[in-house]
This record gives sequence, structure tokens and C-alpha cells, in this order.
Amino acid sequence: MKRLGLIVNPMAGIGGRVGLKGSDGAGTVARALELGATPEAPARAREAIGYLKPLGTDLEILTYGGSMGEDAATWHALDPIVIGGPSAGGSTASDTRAAAAQMVEAGVDLILFAGGDGTARDMLDAVGQRVTVLGIPAGVKIHSAAYAINPHSAGQLAALYLGGGPQRRREAEVMDIDEEAFRAGRLSAELHGFLLVPFDERRLQPMKAGRGTSEGAAMEQIATRIVESMEPSRTYFIGPGTTTRAIKDRLGPGGTLLGVDVFRDGRLIKADANERQLLEVLDGAVGGVDIIVTVIGGQGYVFGRGNQQLSPAVIRRVGREHIRVVATRDKLVSLGLRPLLADTGAADVDAMLSGYIRVAVGYGEDVVAPIEA
Amino acid sequence: MERAPIVYPYIPNSEPRVKQAMLDAIGIESVEEIYQEIPSHLRLGRRLNVPGPIASEYRLRRYIEELLAQNKNCKDYTNFLGGGVWQHYVPSVCTTIMGRDEFLTAYAGDAYADHGKFQAQFEYASCIAELVDMEVVNTPTYDWGMAAATTIRMASRLTGRSGAVIAGSVSPERLACMRTYAESIVPTFAHVGVDPDTGQIDLAALSRAVTEETAVVYFENPSYLGAIQTQGAEISRIVGAQHALLSVGVDPMSLGVLEAPGRYGADLVCGDIQPLGIHMYFGGGGGGFIATRDEAAFVAEYPSLLFGLTTTVQEGEYGFGEVTYERTSYGSREKAKDFVGTMAQLHGIVAGVYLALMGPQGMRELGEGIMQRVAYVLDALSTLPGVKAPAFGGAMHFKEFVVNYDGTGKTVAEINAALLERRIFGGKDLSGEFPELGQSALYCVTEIHTKDDIDGLVTALREILWVAPGPSSAAAEPVSAPGVGRGII
Amino acid sequence: MGIVKVRDYQQAHWDEPIIFELSTPGVRGIIPPEPEDEITSKVGDVAGRLPSSIRRQDPPALPELDQKRVLSHYLHLSQETLGGNLTPDASLGTCTMKYNPRVHEDLVNEPGLAELHPHQPDETIQGILAIYHGLEQILKEISGMDRFTLQPGGGAHAVFTAASIMRAYWRDKGEADKRTEIITTMFSHPADAASPATAGFDVITLMPTEDGYPDLAALKAVVSERTAGLFITNPEDTGLYNPLIDQFVRVVHEAGGLCFNDQANANPLLGIARAADAGFDMSHFNVHKTFATPHACSGPATGALGVRDFLAKYLPWPTVEQDDERFFLDYERPSSVGKTKGYLGTAPVVLRAFAWCMMMGPDGLREVAEIAVLNNNYLMKQLENIPGLGFPYAKGRRRLEEVRWSWEALYQETGVGTEDIARRIGDFGLQHYFASHHPWVVPQPMTLEPCETFAREELDEYAAVLTQIAQEARDDPELVRTAPHRLAAHKRNDDASLDDPARWATTWRAYRRKQSGA
Repeated sequence: MKRLGLIVNPMAGIGGRVGLKGSDGAGTVARALELGATPEAPARAREAIGYLKPLGTDLEILTYGGSMGEDAATWHALDPIVIGGPSAGGSTASDTRAAAAQMVEAGVDLILFAGGDGTARDMLDAVGQRVTVLGIPAGVKIHSAAYAINPHSAGQLAALYLGGGPQRRREAEVMDIDEEAFRAGRLSAELHGFLLVPFDERRLQPMKAGRGTSEGAAMEQIATRIVESMEPSRTYFIGPGTTTRAIKDRLGPGGTLLGVDVFRDGRLIKADANERQLLEVLDGAVGGVDIIVTVIGGQGYVFGRGNQQLSPAVIRRVGREHIRVVATRDKLVSLGLRPLLADTGAADVDAMLSGYIRVAVGYGEDVVAPIEA
Repeated sequence: MERAPIVYPYIPNSEPRVKQAMLDAIGIESVEEIYQEIPSHLRLGRRLNVPGPIASEYRLRRYIEELLAQNKNCKDYTNFLGGGVWQHYVPSVCTTIMGRDEFLTAYAGDAYADHGKFQAQFEYASCIAELVDMEVVNTPTYDWGMAAATTIRMASRLTGRSGAVIAGSVSPERLACMRTYAESIVPTFAHVGVDPDTGQIDLAALSRAVTEETAVVYFENPSYLGAIQTQGAEISRIVGAQHALLSVGVDPMSLGVLEAPGRYGADLVCGDIQPLGIHMYFGGGGGGFIATRDEAAFVAEYPSLLFGLTTTVQEGEYGFGEVTYERTSYGSREKAKDFVGTMAQLHGIVAGVYLALMGPQGMRELGEGIMQRVAYVLDALSTLPGVKAPAFGGAMHFKEFVVNYDGTGKTVAEINAALLERRIFGGKDLSGEFPELGQSALYCVTEIHTKDDIDGLVTALREILWVAPGPSSAAAEPVSAPGVGRGII
Repeated sequence: MGIVKVRDYQQAHWDEPIIFELSTPGVRGIIPPEPEDEITSKVGDVAGRLPSSIRRQDPPALPELDQKRVLSHYLHLSQETLGGNLTPDASLGTCTMKYNPRVHEDLVNEPGLAELHPHQPDETIQGILAIYHGLEQILKEISGMDRFTLQPGGGAHAVFTAASIMRAYWRDKGEADKRTEIITTMFSHPADAASPATAGFDVITLMPTEDGYPDLAALKAVVSERTAGLFITNPEDTGLYNPLIDQFVRVVHEAGGLCFNDQANANPLLGIARAADAGFDMSHFNVHKTFATPHACSGPATGALGVRDFLAKYLPWPTVEQDDERFFLDYERPSSVGKTKGYLGTAPVVLRAFAWCMMMGPDGLREVAEIAVLNNNYLMKQLENIPGLGFPYAKGRRRLEEVRWSWEALYQETGVGTEDIARRIGDFGLQHYFASHHPWVVPQPMTLEPCETFAREELDEYAAVLTQIAQEARDDPELVRTAPHRLAAHKRNDDASLDDPARWATTWRAYRRKQSGA
């Protein structure tokens, strides 16, 4: 018997069709409803959980009442256990957090949640990495990798995970953009953390083809390679992300997942440095400085999203030839054939960063991709 | 008279009206419109200068048969060549299964439409596992050389070391394959010789050669020069003391009578499946197997496909799939990647058929009978003046042994030329590969040899080696024989 | 295309036990020839005199069956396998699944090949050497290369041999430590990265342009004095011919590097365009693809590697040479990379390819290429209007011999993805198709290559099947997702067992042990 938690943020995505660029904040939701928007998240959730029907009585579904999950489950005659409901007049965010916390307490194997980047942040706040989760994309903004690419994919992956399939998981980014700023035409993305999501690497693979490298092994290869190439007395600014975290872990304890950490001679000099601190290190660095960054989120940004500490001033002083980009092949390919992106806020730096760059994807393996400003 | 264009039997749409209808369906005048994708300066602006066509199947067959008739084959001649490619009997059931279009022309389908292919491969692996006493067996790689080299690369990754010690004699050709493939991670092989009297690996020298840098010790049993190695357990202890791994190459045909290498300490076992129901095919009948214990660390280092038994949605039905599809190489071993590709799976299926036909009794009787023939021929050869057989007096032999002609005043080349006139392929000339053995040849006797075949060889040699009484002739100049590689005994 | 009926197919479903389950102790399938009494009475029990350290203690637990049951068991398994000669196998794109002529099978089992030992004296193997020499001449003409080796056992092996030759070349020039990088492209065959990596090179892969073509600007950005060489497939697995291919070669040559053309996809180019004319230094053919030899469940096969004169000295030994009177094997090649496979490679494959080329002749080879291209564009025409199926990149450009399709739109609409459709297609008597090499750059991919072997009606049938499955995905997606329904085995339900060391089993003995919980 497996146990699933189901949380639908019914207001997620409501602002999109009416041009509101998101739905964070009660005011925005009200405005969207005024403009005639109808909630889309419940329908998306319904599409996804239809894939759970074949599990039958081997699955117990815990959810909140009404549009927060009960409706979607009963639509498929799945007979959920309702453990709570939306609070009268309460924010959907606090309901999401409360539901998720309760589900962890109840020992669920997986929480499926439908929403957008804001919902993912609520999940991060409420459960962190204490339980496996998976997002059904329903929001206007989906920058977080904790979401499956569409509701079908979410449902299939959940059914596989709960139905005895591979139990592999990976850390997936939770990104969010400040919606106020976004609505004002400015982009300011932050990396908030990582959720644990199921991960299925098995594909229909003909026997003649070479097998791929698992993502975890690829990160280990990249870490080995970068660490082997480090030079004495040189300083390394290593940006946030799971791929870069593997490098930090290889160097020793204390590195951060979300911050820019400074290493020299194999030791952590400064964890989670801000721009001013990085500039100070640059002032004192005698052996030269390298920046090591990875691709953040699903859009392909290497600078300007989630690692703004690596500011134009910092990048200018380090220079393009001392920037190393690392990423797994899967991550690069997931961008389609779109270029990598840099948006540092300084036109001269973006121009400097533009052009082809070698991305380290394994030990002795690079992929060449363009960066566009 | 102008000939009409050929409608090729292998190209149905070469029929002009069909072709035109298809062009019409696409909406183009000619295929040239598609070939506009290729810049004109890269086009071959002329007809290929190649022979043919021989459009008639009958004429083609005559043409190829006449070419093949220029060869002298081992069915018409009596063959004593072995050394890695061996003439054994190929059961008719093996030929039938190998020729089935279902297997012959299948490729990369999954275990639904190609369920039978997976099961046959699984059964092949299962039979090899019984022979060598291991629990994991790969789908076959190209040949023994590739399999042996792969065990060396696997051992290097498993131990994080880059030294390899080759003990006892190995075919120089095979060794050359192993070097080419292992080179990028195991740049050099150290060699340990044998006691020339017993043909056994020199354990004292082995102890000195195996160090904490050693990833793997590889030896063959029987060795290339035919000596059965009896000290497997001692070798395993020497290897284990340095936490290195032991890889043993075997002739699977010997394993009805010789101990399974898994029983004397092998960590990795390899060999060739050609003798298991596959013709010699001028050296093209090979397939390499690799076997290990069922430990996750070993399984992770296989570059090969591994087919596993599992279940399907249908209760009680066997299903098959690829085991540990994403094989994660641990630690810093990512420097030593391997490729996979189209290798030798059909030969694996046939080898499975062969072993199922033979069963344990067949393999035992086969081995016993071969050893008896070898004892018989050695007895007979040693009666010939100047002939030393076997060259290593103390060793026992399975199906191959070295015959030394130094005392006859004749070279192997001369003797083999004379044998050829009598429709006999004499043993492989070792004087190029192993000059220290003098004028020696590697002979092979298997279950296909009758007493008459053996007696015929002995009689022929007696005639060839007969010299009129008189002053003894000077020792002949060694003649270089095939093989760039110099072997180590 | 008129109304085309799709088949009501049903594959044999024998529910066949594992052969060990059919075993009865003492039963025999074949009896090996006993030595004559004169021998046994003279030498006695020789094996019995083996020291106990090497005498087999327990007999191998092989199956024990009578001969007919062995035969019928394997006939059952063969009927549960869908070989290319049984179906219009346009499914395995990039693999060029041609008809493998039956006459070849009769020829390779002639004693003049089957019963040849590779160490026979040269004068006794003149016929087979003539065949090796003959095929080499033909491949030289088709590619424009100067010498070939037929030793490698498959395509990836030929690519590995090319990488080994590059390594030897740079070692001779004293630049082996500096020239460490191989450049390839994302839509080249994976062997173009994996084989050089095995040979010890670092590998740089160029992402394609947004139009799906190899990116010349990216090449220019990374080529350097560290470049050992370029390994590139053309046409790539998208079916797109790279019109700038000679410029790729020039850029690498100007940096001093060597250029290898992976010709796994050579079928549309026979008599049309040659690797040497684009400037390549080496190129290879997958003989089991382009030259109609069987894939044999994945080998034995042959990868023919061709080189220009200045690299010929590095070819594996021995080479087949000819003097006035005769052919001979040349083992004295001191610059050779050594050996990549035992003896002269896979002679039966060489013979089949030679026979096939002789039957086709110059015009036939060109007809092969033209009809392969015609068939592909015809099938495209039949498929391009299936709702939910598309092909990304380079709209308006023609594909040569294959197409990488995408079911992404259908997947977004119905949740039925390419893996489901690939399983389902088997229910119609068609081989599961090849999606794509990893990683999936094209989402929900399907790669089809309807080579010259297939009749128009077969292509129509193929299209009708895909059309029907796309409709099923909308009307009854569960039917597709739970496929196959009419094949030898049903959908696996426990892939996790294949990744679990406590449960996986690659052999019967491992399975038995794990089942019994030991």
C-alpha cells in the first residue's frame, strides 16, 4: 500500500490568461477573477492523477477538501481521504503549507502538487527535503525544475514511482521571480532551494546504442575533473546549484547549495559570499580568480538568475577566459536547442559573455553552446 | 539492342512505373531535386568504377563459388592448426538456428517483438555461467582478445590501478588486440614466464611482479602453448595478497574436464565461444565472453549489455530487460570509458544451443576424448627421430601442444610445405613469434580427428623427416613466420 | 495512398520455459565422436590423471534435453523474434535494415569459407583473399579513400580504430601530449564520442544550430592547436545533409587536425558523393548496414575503415596485398596500430558484402541510394499529415535517407508518448522503432529509415499503422499505453528489479539463488 498526498493550488495560473503575469498575492487573484479568469490548476491536476487509477486499492490518497484536491480525485472515483480544507478567506499559500506539513506527518510516499513557482516555494518552506514531491505545472511562471514538463508526464512519473518503478530521486531547483518586479518589467529571479523529485532515467533504449551516464555520475565526473584542474593559490568563486555543489562537496564540508562560495587551495574561504565580499576577495587574490557556474533553472541562464552576487563588477574583473560553465548533458539538452542566457543587467558584461562557451559535461567531455545576452 | 533498365530483385521500387508513381506522390520530377541538398562541388559527377552487375543469382553464386574453390579447406585437408581458432564439430541444430532469418536478421528490438532473442541470450549466458562457475555473463563482445582486454580495463577501474601482469603464454595476436584496446588506461603489460620444464607459471617471478600498483593478473588455461595450468589457487593467493584481481582466459571446450576458474579464485573469466558450434570462418567465427561474480561493483563496470530475467503484466510470464541500464562508474574511474556496439550476439545464441545439446555428459566425454587423442598423438610423435613432443615435458595438455623439430635439421616451414603436399595443414609455425623455442610448431587435435587422421600425420612426418644415413645437416636458418608481435613463453 | 489495411497480427506466444526448466538428468542431445578403441586402450583415462587441483570436481549444470526438444525450444524462441527479413523494418532508423539475401547464407557455409583456418598458408587462401581485396577496391571507389581495413568487428569498432590511428599519427609527430581533443557534433553517432574517449581522447561536442544543422561557428570557436581531429557523421541522424561539410573539414585541417567521416548513414550517398571529395582523411562504413549483411541480433558485423595514403601505414596488421601472381598477407607493418580484432575480422560478412556489391554493380549501387532517398521522402509524405506528429528543424529542406520525427504534440495532447507507440507498433507486425540516441534532443523522438528494400505497399502499410496508433492515442490511450497486446511477451511491470542488485539476474543460477532467498 502506497500513500499519496495531493495538493492543488486552485488559484495557480489564474493570472496568466488575463495578462497579469502571475497570481501571487490575494489582490492579484481578486483582480484576475474580476477580469473573468477561471482556475486552470484543478483541470491540470485531474489530467495528471488519471494516471494513478490503475494502482487501484494499492494507493491511498490524502488531500484537502474541494478544489484543493478532493474534487480532482473524486472526478476519477479515487475516493480520497480528506484531511483538511481551505481556510475561510485564508491565503492559498498557508493552506498549501499546512496541507503539506500534515501529509509529511501522515507518512506519505509522495506529494503531488499543482501550482506554479510560488506553490513550489510553499512546498519548500513546508517540507524541504523530508519527502519526495512532484509538481504538476499549472502556474503562469514555471522556472522551477521541481515540475514535470506537463500534467501527463507528472501523472506517469508518479504512477511509476508509486507503482514499484525506480525509486531514484534528484534535487530539483525551486526558482521564483519577484512578481511585483516582473509586472513592472524587471526580472529578478532567485534560487530558493531544492525539492526532492522522482527521477526516471530509463528510456526506450535500443541495444545498439551506448548507454548514457546517469546524472549523479555525470556530476561526480564533473567534480573530479574541476577539482583535478584547480591550481595552487588560485581562487575559485563557485556559484549555486547541484552540479556546482558536487564540486563544493568534493572540496570539503561547509559549501552551500544556494550561495556563491569562495575556495582557495582546496579550502573554503568564504561561504555564501555577497557581491561586496567577492569584490574584497578579488582585491586580495594574488593567484588569479576563476568563476565556476552552472545553468540555473529551466530557461538556460548562467548569469543573472539565482546568482546575482556574481555581479557585472565581479565578472568584469574576473574576465571571460576565467569563467567555467559546468552542467550535465541532460540539463543542456532539456533547453531544446535554445542558447544559454546571460542577463547581468550590464550591457557591456552581457556582450562580453556572449558567444560560444565550452560547458564541462563530464570527465574529458565538453559541449559547446552559445551564450546570448 | 538497348537493354531495358534492370529491375533489381532487392529493390522493388526500381520498377519504372512504381518509381514514377512515387515521384508523383512526392510532387517532384526526379530524385535529383532531393539531392539538391548536396552542394554540386561535392557530388560525384561520374559513374562509379566498380565491377558488376552480376544480376543473376545463379551466375553470382557460380562466381563466388569459383573464388572459394581456390581455397584449400579443412574439410578436404586434415587440419592441425588451432591457437585461438579451432576446428570442432558443428552440430546440425546449431547450423539450423544460426541460419534462421528471425535471429539472423534481427537487431535492436525490445524484449516484446524480440522476446525470443532476449531469452536465447539469457540462456546462453546461463550456460556459460555454469561452465565457468560465475553468476554474471555478458552478451558476447567481438572475440577473446576484446574480452580479455575488457577484463583488464574493468579491473583497472575496480581497483583504481593501472598495472597489468600477463603470466604464461598468450597468443601474440590476441595480445596485440589487448594492447590496442587497453592502452589508454593500462599503458604497459608486465610479463611473467613459465618454468620451461613444466610449462607452469613461475610463481616466484609472479610474486615479484605483482605489486600494489597491479590491477590485474591475467593468465590463460590452457596456455596458448597448450600447457594446462594447475596452480590456479596459488596464483589467486599471490594476486589476492596485493588486493589485485585475477582474470583467467579459458577454452570453454576444456571445461567438461578442467576445473571451473571460478573454483580456483578467478575474479574475472573470459574466452572465446567460436568452438561452441560455430565454424572457423577464416577467423570470423569468434565471440568473447566475460564472466564475474554477481556483485554490484563488478556489474557496474561491464561495458556490455546484460540481459536480465524479470516479470510482465501477465501473471507467470517471463519478461526480459536490460540490467542496470544506467551503469554508474564509481569514484574517479570515469577516465576509463568503454564503447559498446554491434558485436557478436548471434554467435552467443548458437553457443547456447551447442551447450544445451552437449549437456554435462557431452562436455565431459568431449574433453576426455580430446585428451586421449592428444596423449595418443604425443606418444606417436615422440617416436620420430629428432622430434620433441611435447616441448614442455612436464605439462599436461588439453588439445594443443608444441612440437619441436630442432633435432631434425628441418624448419617448420619446410616440414609444413611437405605436409601440405600430402593435404595436411601442419601446426602453426612458432619460430617467428617465439624464436627461443627454435623450430617449433603449435599443433591442435580435437574430437574431429580420427585415428587415421593422426596416424596419417605421423606417417607423413616420418616420410618427410627421413634422412639418408650420412653426415648430419647443419641446423636450418630460422624462417620468419607470420606475427609482428614477439611472444613470451 | 488508397485505403490500406493494417494487419490483424498475432506473434507466436509460446510461453516458453527457460531451457533449464526442461532439463531431465541423463537425457542427451548429441553424442560427440568417441576416440577409437585403439586409442583408448593405448592411453587409458588421461583426464583421470589430471591433478585434483585442476580436475573438474562438479560437472557443469548444463541443461539435459533430447535433440528435438533443443531444436523446438530454439525454433519457438526464433518465432518470438521479429527479424528484419520478416517485416518492413523501416523502424530501426540509422541502422539501414536491408534485405539480407538468402544466397549469401548458402555461400558463407561453403567449406571454402566455413572450414578455413586463418593461419593456413597464403597459397591455400587465395580465393578468400581475392574477396577481401575485391571488396577493398570497391569501398575505395565508393569513398575515394586509398586503403581499407576490414578487421574491425562493427561500426563503433571501426571508429575506435580510427581514433587509434589518430593517436599513432600524433605520437609519430611528437604531438600526442598536445593534441588531446576530438571534436564531434550532437547529432553524430554516439560512437564518434564514445570510441575516441575509449582511446583516451577528450571529447568536445558541438550543439547544433537552432535549425538542427552542425554549427560551423561553434567549430571555429573551439578548434585549436589541441585539436587532434574531427569525428562527424554526415548526413546526421536527422537525415539532413550538412552542406558545409567541406568547410568543417577545412577549418580542422587549417588547425592541423585530422578529419574522420562516420559513414554509418552512407546509404543515400552510394555513387552520389564521396568522403574523400569533402576532404576527409578517414571514413568508415557499417558493412552490416549499407552493404546488406545481417545484423544478427547485434553482430557479428564488420566496420570497414578507409584512410588516405599518408595514414595507410597505421592500419591494423595484417593487410591483404597483391603482387603479380598472388595475394598475400603482410604482417610486417612496423607503424601499425596493432590489431583491433583477431585475424582478418569477420570474413563471412566480408564475403556477403562483396557478393552484394557484385550483384548490384555501379548502376545498382546508385539505384540503392536513389531509391532509399525516394522511399524516405515518400514515407514522409504519408506521415506528415498525421496530427500530433512532426519533424523539427530546417523546414523546407529535404531529408535524405531517414527522418527524426517527434511525437511531442501528440504527447502533450494525449499523454501517449513515443515509448508507448514504439511498443504498440509491434502489435501490427512491425518492429519496435528506434526513438533516438541519448540524450533526446528531439522530444518524443522516432527515427525511421525506409531504405531501398521496401516496396511502396509496405511503406503505405507502415504509414497506415502509425496513423491508426495516433488515432488510438486519442480514442483509447490506455490501449496504447499498455501495449503490446499481441506479441510474444507483455509489458514489463517491474523494471526496478533490473536495477536492484538483490533481484537482478543475468543468468539462471543467479535467478534461482535470488528467488530462493539464499
